[in-house]
Amino acid sequence: MISGTFHTSYRSDMALRRTWLERLRLGLFIAFVLAFPFLVGKKPYPIFLMNQIGIATIGAIGLNILVGYTGQISLGQGAFMAVGAYTAGILTARFGVPWWLTIPIAALVTAAIGAVFGIPSLRLKGLYLAIATLAAQEIIIWVVTHWEAVTGGVDALVVPPPMLGSLRMNTDFRFYWIIWALAGVTALLTANLFRTRYGRAFIAIRDQDIAAEVMGVNVFAYKLLAFAVSSFFVGVTGALIAHYRGIVTWERFTIDVSVLYLAMIIIGGLGSISGSLFGAAFMTLLPALLTNLGRSLRGVFPAMDEFIPYLQQASFGLVIILFLILEPEGLKKIWDDIKNYFALWPFSY
Amino acid sequence: MPLQLRGFRHPLNGSTLEPGQTQLRVENIHLAFGGVGALAGVSLEVRQSEILAIIGPNGAGKTSLLNSISGLYHPQKGRIVFYNHGREYELTRMKPHQIAAAGVARSFQNIELFRHMTVLDNLMSGAHVHMRAGLFSSLFYWGPAQREQIAFRDFIEDIIDLLEIPAIRYKKVGALAYGLQKRVELGRALAMRPALLLLDEPMAGMNTEEKEDMARFILDVNEEHGVTIVLIEHDMGVVMDISDRVVVLNFGRKIAEGTPEEVSKNPAVIEAYLGH
Ligand SMILES: Nc1ncnc2c1ncn2[C@@H]1O[C@H](COP(=O)(O)OP(=O)(O)OP(=O)(O)O)[C@@H](O)[C@H]1O
Ligand SMILES: [Mg+2]
Repeated sequence: MISGTFHTSYRSDMALRRTWLERLRLGLFIAFVLAFPFLVGKKPYPIFLMNQIGIATIGAIGLNILVGYTGQISLGQGAFMAVGAYTAGILTARFGVPWWLTIPIAALVTAAIGAVFGIPSLRLKGLYLAIATLAAQEIIIWVVTHWEAVTGGVDALVVPPPMLGSLRMNTDFRFYWIIWALAGVTALLTANLFRTRYGRAFIAIRDQDIAAEVMGVNVFAYKLLAFAVSSFFVGVTGALIAHYRGIVTWERFTIDVSVLYLAMIIIGGLGSISGSLFGAAFMTLLPALLTNLGRSLRGVFPAMDEFIPYLQQASFGLVIILFLILEPEGLKKIWDDIKNYFALWPFSY
Repeated sequence: MPLQLRGFRHPLNGSTLEPGQTQLRVENIHLAFGGVGALAGVSLEVRQSEILAIIGPNGAGKTSLLNSISGLYHPQKGRIVFYNHGREYELTRMKPHQIAAAGVARSFQNIELFRHMTVLDNLMSGAHVHMRAGLFSSLFYWGPAQREQIAFRDFIEDIIDLLEIPAIRYKKVGALAYGLQKRVELGRALAMRPALLLLDEPMAGMNTEEKEDMARFILDVNEEHGVTIVLIEHDMGVVMDISDRVVVLNFGRKIAEGTPEEVSKNPAVIEAYLGH
């Protein structure tokens, strides 16, 4: 709660960032993203990590629209990312469509397929819907691995590097700008959506679907729309992976990925855009940190070396469990607490 | 043009009828769940701009009747007809969201608000059926989408003033006291700019002061804005004070109908209440 700000029009009262403090924070974050590659001296590894976070943020926002905001659990995230990645990859590799054009196309194709696999949500809720989306996951991956003529089957699909004139765009530094521009657009569009009847209808369905229907929300249509909008952004993530990596394989889109993204939004904060970013950062940086820790421990106790990978996985799980026990509402909640503390500063108590 | 006056005189009223005209006709509806009969041949009429109270002992079928009108329950026999926009809507063949768009709003016996939204967003979501901006202008929040949100915000602020809840605008509904939640639920229904407002025990569980406030709001909405109201209420004092007509249900049947005085003297009604 910010005190001392009074709005003189509904327009300013309804702005995305209502106070100067909120605008300042957003400005600082944008400045950080713009400066980051230079702050790290253009070193590839930190930029690579930031790119991973950016890509995951887009996918996490997409999943959060469906799960966090609309309350429709989905285990199909990995498969929807596959649809985006294969659509973009195939269009460029086989049909020579410019890489930048494949991103919106892949997003739209994923949105359509997401909506189709959202149909069971008419009848199914909670765990039953989760199982139905699990079926979607398995069906899509099955199609991808068996439709050899188009996808290349289990073999990797090689995607030609994205070019801008004579510039090869998929270096860590150059792709950084594409990823974070799209992450910014995704966050902005999503924030806008939740200022209008669409977003409110999604939340209404999550909180009280019968009341939503009686208030005039066509619950089925809006559930499908939530699947479509969510999958749209997930498709963007898939397309970005295809062009950044230059290679598409089904193994990157298994059920593990679906679970990873669910963990991301739960840890970051359900129904929150900044929470999606926090979750994406956490789930990208923690394994990287553990890997580096493991590497530096190598040789310290030579007898332990072969256990290091297991220790990494175990600590990854442990941190997540601890996290859920200590702060079930996610990183977003911690962030809110910090903000509230400073908003009242120096009169905080 | 979201705020253009539609229908009868006032911005909160979505009806196109004149006072006294038949607005809703329930014709001989039967509703059973498995073997349990909830409604056994109920017929009644609601007229534009009246306050009709539905009373009856627990389990009489009052809520089932409202649920049938708003399309949540599907009577096995009979029909429910609603007049608005120069049309005859057969509610028994429509989906709840279509019935809402036709002009029927309601509140629930056990508050069914959107708990994690603010009061303001709950009310704004009540105006859902009147919002027109498309998905793309909404995603970019430009032109029409923004203008529409601001125009409706203005309209919602009137409801906030009417219900005397400006102080809790930005509060999450789940954190509010019970009596305030009931008020917000009334507000959300009003945001639909209804032609017919169905209220299921709007004063249940309230103290005397809260009941008086709620009664005043209901009368305001009815007298100043001309909105037709059907309300279920157990408190006979309230029923006597605010309703124009009363319908009494018992075991799924209508056992009496008339002015509050007539009904309170009716032997069958006295019997039904004493019998329980
Ligand atoms: N969804 C349902 N499934 C099964 N039975 C139901 C259902 N809804 C209502 N009933 C039954 O129908 C009958 C009428 O219930 P209803 O809720 O309409 O009564 P009511 O008059 O609103 O009572 P109260 O004053 O307690 O709210 C009851 O016997 C109830 O058990
Ligand atoms: Mg009831």
